[in-house]
Amino acid sequence: MEAATTRRPGLQTHPRAARRFADNDRQLAIWFLLPSVIYVIALVAVPFILAIGFAFSDVTAGDPSFHWAGLDTFRRALDDPVFWRALRNTFVFTVISMVLIVVLGKILANILVADFRGKWFVRFLVLLPWTTPVALSAVAWLWMLDSVYSPIDWVLRNVGLLHGNVYWLGRPGLAMASVIAVHVWRLTPLAAVIILAGLVAIPKDIEEAARVDGAGYWRRMFEVTIPLTLPVAAVAALFGAVLTFTDMTVVYVLTRGGPTNSTQVLASWAFIRGIEGGDVAQGAAVALFLFPLLLAAAIAILRAVRRMEVL
Amino acid sequence: MTVVVEVRGLVKRFEGGRVSAVDGVDLATQEGEYLVLLGPSGCGKTTLLRTIAGLERPTEGEVLIDGQVVNDLPPRARKIAMVFQSYALYPHKNVLQNIVFPLKAERMDKDEQVRKARWAAELLGIDALLDRRPRQLSGGERQRVALARALVREPHVFLLDEPLSNLDAKLRTSARDELKRFQERVGTTTIYVTHDQAEAMGLGDRIAVMDRGQVRQLGPPVQVYDDPADTFVATFIGSPPMNLVPRDGRFVGFRPEHLLPVEHVHGPDRATVPFQVERIEYLSGDRHVYGTATRIGEDTRVVARLPATVSTPIATGETHRFAVDAGRLRFFDAATGLRADPVPVGS
Repeated sequence: MEAATTRRPGLQTHPRAARRFADNDRQLAIWFLLPSVIYVIALVAVPFILAIGFAFSDVTAGDPSFHWAGLDTFRRALDDPVFWRALRNTFVFTVISMVLIVVLGKILANILVADFRGKWFVRFLVLLPWTTPVALSAVAWLWMLDSVYSPIDWVLRNVGLLHGNVYWLGRPGLAMASVIAVHVWRLTPLAAVIILAGLVAIPKDIEEAARVDGAGYWRRMFEVTIPLTLPVAAVAALFGAVLTFTDMTVVYVLTRGGPTNSTQVLASWAFIRGIEGGDVAQGAAVALFLFPLLLAAAIAILRAVRRMEVL
Repeated sequence: MTVVVEVRGLVKRFEGGRVSAVDGVDLATQEGEYLVLLGPSGCGKTTLLRTIAGLERPTEGEVLIDGQVVNDLPPRARKIAMVFQSYALYPHKNVLQNIVFPLKAERMDKDEQVRKARWAAELLGIDALLDRRPRQLSGGERQRVALARALVREPHVFLLDEPLSNLDAKLRTSARDELKRFQERVGTTTIYVTHDQAEAMGLGDRIAVMDRGQVRQLGPPVQVYDDPADTFVATFIGSPPMNLVPRDGRFVGFRPEHLLPVEHVHGPDRATVPFQVERIEYLSGDRHVYGTATRIGEDTRVVARLPATVSTPIATGETHRFAVDAGRLRFFDAATGLRADPVPVGS
């Protein structure tokens, strides 16, 4: 035993060669991952499981005690015609917004990729709507679309195109259009920047080869540029879809789902039922309907990203 | 159809005129010629090619294709085809779609498109690959697809920008041979850019050696090699390059293969060179002998290349009697680097 405890001189570790904490990749990995793991568990996993639990209970704001209610809550939620209206509105809202966001984002990206004086400043301006907090910009739009004092109406009146008021948020069709317009205004810069990154990544040689091969602007656009940015545009579209699908701020601030639920979407309906109405169980049940669609979108995003890597 | 490409007084400056990539080039191809632009990287050869293609606008001067000034014509109207260094194949299209692309742009009849694409693919031996995507192809196959795409529109001029530089050394030699035979078959005027002198010597009917935006010499490979116009060309071409020995305000130049043991130089007029040997390398049968040459000028380190047929024993550390045939000596002005009148060098 004696021999085992006395170290041979050759094996003695040099004091300065001692393994530092930063040399241990396994430990470092754990420590760096920990904050995000805690964050995800506390703010995503726990609320999600709670929501599932609430959806199968009869919890209300007045009576928070948990009683198993099976599918009753879902039955009540589905029996409400407002739910179906909100579901339909959510799809209309998402699909129209998504198409507009991608098309406008694509056009904007093409403008931004061009080389001109002051393009740095223009890029900054374009990004502003996305960087402004939603609640603030939605309130600003609420004033812009005010039924009586709307500056848009004022301009139209003074140009002579309008008598009286438009009531942007007061008529069902117009209210939906307004909500979509504000949403598109807000998300287009994000899509533009994502697509811009894709445009910049196209090798210059390919663009030039197409020019030498005799392709004009439109042929280059539709046969080279668009196919090569398609995976990136898909990511932009899916991001737009997710952010639209789950968004309630714009709807809630502008219309609160009105008039007569014509702009009600699932997210705002869940909030109105669960938090304002105090029916926590039904709010959770309605919100759970967002889940399968978001899951599908997430899978689609990951697939698009993988296609980009292959190209 | 053979067409002449000409540039007159061509200048291309970048960054608001501060950098001159091409600095006053006058150059004309002959009909059906294989003209190689050779030079070190940054010498302006690619910019010159891109200006001819119409991808860059000349700052000054004119580009003429078939006698027409084409300065204001976009690339697609110039009836040229270009092969890029990266090949620039469309990654989302398969080989057939890549080859057909220029024909689609010409609004050619669909069946005719496919017929021509197959003809080009067969000519280049890639007709079995038509369904593949570019990323499924090897470097050599990609190069052929790029060539087929260039060939299919039957351009008046081929512009090739270092098309072999992405291939490995072994493939490069065979691809070079194929390129040459291919051009001989189609007979189209070709301008070929490279920094590789072996490619230039092997492919070019004539070589334009470029440096710092200017053409230093234009001539057939033999002339560029044997009669370099200045010290730049003399030292850029040849491996190892020409030896330059200073003497009375001149450089005396001679190729390493002309510096031989004295008994192997048979001409009536020869310059003997006592040669202190320092180092010997064996390279593919030749002996490259490094040492100091005396008497022919100031003592200068030079290289001699002895072919396998010269079996004279040479040892390092000794001084051997070498010589150069006087007809092989070239003289350059030490100040300008340009060719100068010969001076007697003694025997």
